Amino acid sequence: MPAKAKEFAAAATLPSPGDSAGIGASIRGLTHSYGELATIDNLDLEVPAHGVLGLVGPSGCGKSTLLELISGLQVPAKGNIALGESTSAAARLARCAFMPQRDLLLPWLTAIDNAALALRNRGVRRAQARRQAGLLFERFGLAGFERAKPAELSGGMRQRVAFLRTLMAGKPVMALDEPFASLDAITRGEMQEWLARALEADPRTVVLVTHDVEEALYLCDRVAVLSARPARIVDELSAPSPRAPDRDEAITDPEFVAARERALHALREGTL
Amino acid sequence: MKRWLLPALLLTGLVAAWQIAASTEALADLLGLEPFVVPSPVEIAESMWQNRELLAENAWVTLREVLLGFGCAVAVGLVFAVALHLSETLRLAFYPVLVASQTIPIVAIAPILVIWFGYGITPKLWIIALICFFPVTVNTLDGLRSVDPEATKMMRTLDASRPQILWRVEMPTALPYFFSGARIAAAIAVIAALFAELAGGEAGLGVLIRQDTAVLETARAFAAIALLSVIAIALYALLALVERRVVTWR
Repeated sequence: MPAKAKEFAAAATLPSPGDSAGIGASIRGLTHSYGELATIDNLDLEVPAHGVLGLVGPSGCGKSTLLELISGLQVPAKGNIALGESTSAAARLARCAFMPQRDLLLPWLTAIDNAALALRNRGVRRAQARRQAGLLFERFGLAGFERAKPAELSGGMRQRVAFLRTLMAGKPVMALDEPFASLDAITRGEMQEWLARALEADPRTVVLVTHDVEEALYLCDRVAVLSARPARIVDELSAPSPRAPDRDEAITDPEFVAARERALHALREGTL
Repeated sequence: MKRWLLPALLLTGLVAAWQIAASTEALADLLGLEPFVVPSPVEIAESMWQNRELLAENAWVTLREVLLGFGCAVAVGLVFAVALHLSETLRLAFYPVLVASQTIPIVAIAPILVIWFGYGITPKLWIIALICFFPVTVNTLDGLRSVDPEATKMMRTLDASRPQILWRVEMPTALPYFFSGARIAAAIAVIAALFAELAGGEAGLGVLIRQDTAVLETARAFAAIALLSVIAIALYALLALVERRVVTWR
């Protein structure tokens, strides 16, 4: 375990999702359409507890819709989605935290108040919520920026605050929608390494949507390649394991390169 | 260069031109008027100083009407905006009626309100509030509705209730919209007060202007008009100051 990950593991203050074993996610025969437009076609997906599933697909293939369906923000037209025992949209909403593509930090709140939003919504007093979120700021490389407004933070920092906000919700499942798409290549690489360590220290069941095959293979246990609209699974592959902790090392591993070629091939096939 | 330097220069130039045109009686000649009904800025200033107690008394009456009427409009406007935002039925019912109500000439209603409520402060408050209510309500409602739907979704996944989304996301988003509506309302509140006082009243700058113009006391009438402008500008500036204090993220 790298030193940073040990630091994460030492952070006993992470909001626990209650059930430390986690819950799995299961999608059966999911079909959805947007008006006349069929967006998802008879999809089956399975994520074990604390598993990290990557969804890769061409732009506009309905990946974001799929995340909204999983997290309970939308009700599917057909099929079942279960998070553990929860199948209704309202129950899913209570067990899944959603990190949108844009960080959507509220510009009138400081970084720490943004991170503590879920606690405040649950009725935790401001001082107490700040104290709880503040304990994690150092671990997230945000120390000293507690009182900064979002406009004063760099792109990578904003994304970390957004992730911390999602984590503070303390939910067993996390839906991440292209969390690093807006960052430059170098920051993106750093953030991927950072997220890998964060999830190692504090495992959650994660569904990660991305258009970046490398990102999916580096961060996830399994990767599903989706076709163009209506989305169906073209290929599903396991990420190389065990991975080198260093990202540069991991992505140049021959096994990793082979998996990437296979995923890219599937992606091309699905777009045809 | 300061932002106010050019406008200040322009204003000084205009006042100076007026001073020369009036003191040489060129303006009166041009308009074919007796010189004493065309006062110069210096004469207006003199009149303002000589009548300072009378003007201050009446300015206070008008200022009080403006502040109370504006305050009522802001309070009722905010409640209305939130109610129309939260209930689609209310919005569909009220919004078109609200817009249509703006075609009612309140100037014409003012004398009727005086008949109903007398010469006191009540009809003035009604007129000012009726005129100020619209920009406050419509701007705030637009602001509440301009919230990014993605932000609402994000809050829902963070266990936010409907009132929490309103308080933590929608209200702050609407604040700058509210302030621009309130600034418009502040500027027209003074005009509304003037209309109300002209329609009937015992005191106030509008009453003074009506009396002075009747007896051709034009210098004092101009002095009262200048004070009305000062009240409007002060209220506008105060709101801009409060906005800069409150809306720190823009």
